[in-house]
Order: sequence, then C-alpha cells, then structure tokens
Amino acid sequence: MTRLDVMARPSDRAVVVAVAGRLDQESCDRFRLALAPHLSAALGASQGMVLDLSALDYVSSAGLRCFVLAAKEARAQGGRIVAAGLQPMVAEIFRIARFELVLPVYASVDAGIAALGTGG
Amino acid sequence: MRVRFWGTRGSLPVALTPIDIREKIAQALLHASGREFADLNAALAYARNALPFSVNGTFGGHTPCVEIDTGGEEFVVCDFGSGARPFGAHVLARQTGRPVTIHALMSHLHWDHIMGFPFFGPAYVPRATIRIYGCHAELEHAFRLQQSPPCFPVEFDQLRARIEFIRLVPGVRCQVGPVAVTPELQLHGGDSYGYRIEHAGKSIVYSTDSEHKPEDAAQTGRVTAFFRDADLVVFDAMYALADAISVKEDWGHSSNIVGVELAQRARVKHLVLFHHEPANSDATLERLLTDTRRFEELTHQGHRVEISSAYDGLEIDV
Repeated sequence: MTRLDVMARPSDRAVVVAVAGRLDQESCDRFRLALAPHLSAALGASQGMVLDLSALDYVSSAGLRCFVLAAKEARAQGGRIVAAGLQPMVAEIFRIARFELVLPVYASVDAGIAALGTGG
Repeated sequence: MRVRFWGTRGSLPVALTPIDIREKIAQALLHASGREFADLNAALAYARNALPFSVNGTFGGHTPCVEIDTGGEEFVVCDFGSGARPFGAHVLARQTGRPVTIHALMSHLHWDHIMGFPFFGPAYVPRATIRIYGCHAELEHAFRLQQSPPCFPVEFDQLRARIEFIRLVPGVRCQVGPVAVTPELQLHGGDSYGYRIEHAGKSIVYSTDSEHKPEDAAQTGRVTAFFRDADLVVFDAMYALADAISVKEDWGHSSNIVGVELAQRARVKHLVLFHHEPANSDATLERLLTDTRRFEELTHQGHRVEISSAYDGLEIDV
C-alpha cells in the first residue's frame, strides 16, 4: 500500500495540514477522507488552509485532482487553500502541470499563512 | 509500419500569420548573431541543425489525419480531418491511375475529424475504393450531411469513388485491409473510439479525443490494457493537466501528464502527443514537449518511454 500520512497541526491563523509520502491513484481516496474533517474545521472557523507538502515525495495526476477538488470545495464556501514547502520534484510536477494556476504555492508554511492573511 | 502525420491539430485548423513568420525570422537572426554563411546551403544547414524546431519549422495546423503505411498497395488512415487534403494528393501521386483502396478508421464524427473528406482527391476518382470504418451508428449520415446543401457544393452522391461504410464493434478485433484492428470505446461527448492497429508483430494505438479521469481506477485499468506494450501510442494531449482536471473537465480531452502516466503503466515504447490545442503557438508546443520529456524522466520507474510531439509531416517508423 502506498505510504501516505495526513496530519493537522494547530495554528492560530490557519489550519495547517501536513501531507507526507506519495499521493497517487492508490492513495487518493485515503487522502480525501483524511482531509475532509480538517477542511470542514477550517471552513467552520472561517480560516484558510495551508497544505504543508514538505514531506510529500510524489504526486500523480490523481493526487493533483484531489487538490483541485479540495480547492473547489473550499472556494464554494468562501474558503481558501494554498500549498507550501514543496520538494523540488513535486514543485517541478506542479510547474509542468501548470498547477500554480489552480493552487497558489508558497515557499514555506509561514509564507502561506501570511498570504492567506493578506488575501494574497 | 510507418506512421505519417498529415494533420495533428485539434478542433480547428490553424495557420501561421505574418506576425508568426516575422517572429521566427527575428529569433533565427538572434540565434545566428555574429555568424557568417558562405552560401545558401551553409545557411540552410545552420537552420536545419542549429535552430530549435519552433524557429526552423512549425507543428502545422491541419486537423487529425494519420496514415499507417504498411508498405503494401492499400492505404490505411485514421480520421479525415483537414489533413486529408494533402493525404489525398499523396494517394493520387502514388496511384498513378491504377485502382486504389483506402481504409479509413474514424475515431468519431465531430467536424474536425471529417472536414477534410470533401477535399479528399481520391473521392472524386472512379477507380478508387474508400472503405470508411467506425463504431458510430451515424457514420454514413455524418459524411452525407456535410456534403448536403447549403454546406458544400458537391453532394455525396456526385463523388466518383466507390465508398462503403462498415460498422465495427468495440472490443472485437477484425481485419481492415492489411492490418488487424481492435476498437475501444473512449470518454468523449457523443463517444469516440480508439484503435489498436497491429501488423507484422508491431502495434500502434490511435487514441484521440479521449478524456481520462485520473482518479478512476477502472478506466485507468481499461486504458492500460488497451495500450499494453504498444510500440507507439498517438495520444490526445490537448490541455495542460491543470486545465484538464479543473476548468476544462468534461470537455473530452486529456493532457501530456496523463499520457505519460498511462504509457508508463502500459509499458508503451513511444508516446506521441497529438490533437494540439489550436491556441498553442509553436514555441508553446515545443515547451510542452520539453516538459513532457522531463516529467517522464522524473517519474519513470525503470521502463523508459520515448516522447515525441506530432507535427504535420512527421513520419515515425515502427
């Protein structure tokens, strides 16, 4: 089974969710199930969400599709999701997929939180 | 087999404009700054060998038409997009007055895939036989419709060639002239069909106008089986992945990234990006090819897939 860990950590200004391992077709349903309560919590608290991808080793098209669905759900309810801390390989996949058009990317979690705070 | 691409653009034919040409000339001049060329041949050699394809050439603008040349007397072609006009000239040049048979596999009947037929020279030649194969019930109706008033001045029944329509059944392998063909239902508005074409121990998959849902494991399994171990796959890579799975979801097309993932799973040897977005410039298409090769390099797990991007005039031996 593909290794994938999803863990939220407290922050005053945003819900930060760390995603570690590989996000692909085999693990995408687990990711969506694991993310759902954190997304609900963020929307309920009117907070943005930062996906900390610093420990994400690989993301496939199916994984990127999970991010699209989460961002779409957040947007529909007035929320926002950004990604932060991408490893070089994942950053390159984002670039090749033109994914920065779908999900804003920041160098660090702090930068992502700051951007959510300013609406940037 | 030799695969010859007569039309590679999706949706709508496009042509270079004077601004595009000037941009290429300016790029070439920049590349050649400080150089001197003894004669035209030296300049041509430099243009051919030193300039990028987006500067010394073009991906072209005809809509889908791909010939599968088995080396025999009969012709096999996939789709009658606007590339069918130069393909028809090629057939007539080789025919030299002798009887000729053309077998055409139709992915579907959207206009960009049939629009070249009224300009397909052999359709006007009495000694030509054109067998048009497809899985859609409306196969013949679509061809007749586009040659009915007020769309076109020559009606279908005025064509001089002998024209036959043959319904194929998805999943059922059959002989089409010199090749064995297996059609496969694909996800596209009004349905489309891919074709696995086999001849002399080699296999080519023509899979255009097909959307792939990355999260759909069942669809991925079916497509992987259809592509399995193919020597060449011609793949609808019209959109960037970000578009294909968000704003252009359900538009019926796929992306370069999904193409690579499927080719890796199916252990395809050579993937050809096809059905180019008409809004994409030569420079954009060249960058997409570079990116796609990089994605393959980043994600391969032992099995390597050769990546090409189709252009009008490209020939690939399989």
